[in-house]
Amino acid sequence: MIHFEKFTLPNGLRVIVHPDTSTPMAVLDVMYDVGARDEDPNKTGFAHLFEHLMFGGSIHIKDYDEPLQRAGGDNNAYTTNDLTNYYCQLPAENIETAFWLESDRMLSLAFNAKSLEVQRKVVCEEFKENYINKPYGDVWHKLRALAYQSHPYRWMTIGEKLQHIEEVTLPDVKAFFKKHYNPRNAVMVVAGNVKTEQIKILAEKWFGDIAPGPKYERNLPAEPMQEFPRFLEVKADVPLDAIYKCWHIEDRISDRYYRADLITEVLGGGGSSRLFQALVKEKKLFSNIDCYHLGSTDAGLLVIDGKLVKGVHIKDADDAINDELEKLKSNGITESELEKIKNRTESAMAFEDMSLANRAASLANYEMLGDANLINTELEKYRAVTAYDVLQECKQVFTNNNCSTLYYLSNN
Amino acid sequence: MNRKIAPSIVDAVNFNLQLKPYQYYALDNGIPVYCIDAGEQDVLQIEWVFYAGNWFEQQQGVAAATNFMLKNGTSSKNAYELNEAFDYYGSYCSRSCYNETATVSLHCLNRHAEKGVGIVAEMISDSVFPEKELEIFKQNSKQRLQVNQKKCEFVAGRKIDRLLYGEKHPYAAYSNEPEIDALDVALLKNFYEQYYLQGSCVIFVAGKLPLNIMGILNEYFGKMPLKKPDYLLKPLPADPSSEKKWRIKNDEHAVQGAIRMAASFPNRHHPDFKKAIVLNNIFGGYFGSRLMSNIREEKGYTYGIYSYLQNHIQESAWMISTEAGLEYCEPLIEEVYKEMKLLRDAPVSNEELKLVQNYMMGSLLGDLDGPFHIIAKWKNIILNGLGEDYFYSSVEAIKNSKPEELQELAQKYLQPENFYELIVY
Repeated sequence: MIHFEKFTLPNGLRVIVHPDTSTPMAVLDVMYDVGARDEDPNKTGFAHLFEHLMFGGSIHIKDYDEPLQRAGGDNNAYTTNDLTNYYCQLPAENIETAFWLESDRMLSLAFNAKSLEVQRKVVCEEFKENYINKPYGDVWHKLRALAYQSHPYRWMTIGEKLQHIEEVTLPDVKAFFKKHYNPRNAVMVVAGNVKTEQIKILAEKWFGDIAPGPKYERNLPAEPMQEFPRFLEVKADVPLDAIYKCWHIEDRISDRYYRADLITEVLGGGGSSRLFQALVKEKKLFSNIDCYHLGSTDAGLLVIDGKLVKGVHIKDADDAINDELEKLKSNGITESELEKIKNRTESAMAFEDMSLANRAASLANYEMLGDANLINTELEKYRAVTAYDVLQECKQVFTNNNCSTLYYLSNN
Repeated sequence: MNRKIAPSIVDAVNFNLQLKPYQYYALDNGIPVYCIDAGEQDVLQIEWVFYAGNWFEQQQGVAAATNFMLKNGTSSKNAYELNEAFDYYGSYCSRSCYNETATVSLHCLNRHAEKGVGIVAEMISDSVFPEKELEIFKQNSKQRLQVNQKKCEFVAGRKIDRLLYGEKHPYAAYSNEPEIDALDVALLKNFYEQYYLQGSCVIFVAGKLPLNIMGILNEYFGKMPLKKPDYLLKPLPADPSSEKKWRIKNDEHAVQGAIRMAASFPNRHHPDFKKAIVLNNIFGGYFGSRLMSNIREEKGYTYGIYSYLQNHIQESAWMISTEAGLEYCEPLIEEVYKEMKLLRDAPVSNEELKLVQNYMMGSLLGDLDGPFHIIAKWKNIILNGLGEDYFYSSVEAIKNSKPEELQELAQKYLQPENFYELIVY
């Protein structure tokens, strides 16, 4: 059970306090309800570039990192397709430093031209490092574009192309800040060796006078139901053939999400999972195979990907995956399998909650989804899933018309 | 309220950091067990450390393969059944092979501790190394290697160690396809018998410990013919390359180069080590470091650049590591040398030093958060033979560092002629 209290400032900022006196540290986590899905299709990669610019100085404070480090703190941030999260961890005595820094950049950035110029280059290097200069680095660009035709999940957080990042201007940056970075579009979590009363006072003091700003109304194009199987074949300078298959699943707050999540455990969780045992160990078609989902807020993707053993024909490997899915759709899972995947889920949650920073980010994330207390009640939702539910979900998800397949072939 | 004025802070250098002491037990056969009982979640981590790293192998790759294969079959369970035995209870059993040591670790919910410990005991005492599982391991290892060899950073990481230590040294003995092909069951069984069945072992336990955990460990491990380690190894001399400057073409489509610069450095017992850590932080050890500020935040040559002292027991190296656009690689290396020169030519300001001291103390405090972090500190101290007061003497070294001392260290170690310089692109 994770204890927390929640209050909302008059300007709309939601604040969650999770006291934990067993640690000398405190974490301040600010999550903004904006991600790559909120970008203009002609300016992709913007939300993530913007995250870099949040460290380029705010209206009253020239440098974000230095005062935090001086207070014994450390910080980082990440952007996903759904949200942008900023967190800092520091000795609890110095928590006010985090309030000072975070509130000033919510109030206004300095909009420094030099920072934009440098961070454009830094992000271009990040793009190259992770998505160009690596074998299979462009897989997700291709797979997202194949599986999504309308919804902005069709591009990656880093952006569709380097050019989009190179073209960003300072007015773009200002407009984005105005639209998304305000108290109404954010959730703040303070966790660690703190008291709720103390946090209320600090929140009022530092965040209370920030104008509420416009509420961002998200109105994204829905992804239409996929009506035919999709297929793409790519040849590249990679050593091994690889296959990627994905299927549309329901959004994060649907009851069907939990069923889909458990299916990925049946197929790809650990050394006793079905795909690993059947296709790596018994049939020796793959050198590795995984099953997972993208964990997105809007309707997501369940993915199976694997690299083929040299000499195996990709069609045979594809058929073997489909055979496993057919077995699942005809026979479902055993009660013992069901118990195993629930146990694994419980254990994964317990280990994740070991870290204070994880608990803070989870609380923020759940609050974004609508209810911070999901952190305590989600396990019950998993426990409530039956073998019959899993079977029904398999039948709904694993259809040919719902499937996109990418053959990523070695050209040497 | 004036937003230009920072709230007052407590200087982290004034903190009185405490490393929670471990509880020590010895099993009936003398195997040492170090425990940290802390935390709120009902979870447990147990790590069995064997002196079975690649330091001990006669043929390359044997130590890593033996360690991996421990979870691939016993006389009563095949690989699938072993995996299932952990997976069913949501437990995780992983293996890792290092240079001196090789480990098996178990993460589980407390209520499933005994079942997990029992299976690990079976793996340690009764592994059978099935031929067909080894063949799968060899095939998949080779395929993974083929993919990795396309990555400039992977090739650079191996190469820089070979330059520092020589290809035959355990710190640089990386397997290629011929070494993987040469593995066979007999080799693994011999290694297993010597270094696991009758090997040297020490156990680290952390979490909100169940009351009977020592009883469980003693029941399953207390009668095995294992030895308490003496933590001493015969040093193997390095055979460093005489050529310092390397440019290696690996990928005709590369848009970035992987850069590694490194100079050999003594191990943690050397009197310079603790303060070199402080100097390293200033140089390239954290986000606010000189290298990061200049090369990322000022010039935008890279997504990230870090320097660190390699985590080795016998001897270490001072390493600088980054990836940068091809056109930036050579100017980047020049900037690294410039930053070395600045540290040699002038003492750091008191202000910069204070900032780094506070940052390091705050990080240490954060590192003491939770039982898994605490046991990691103790494990480092014990396996490196550093003595019980090492944590506190490290804290003192951070607090007492003086600009002049750090400048002397820079003059002694941050000399360009000491550094290997490698770009793989």
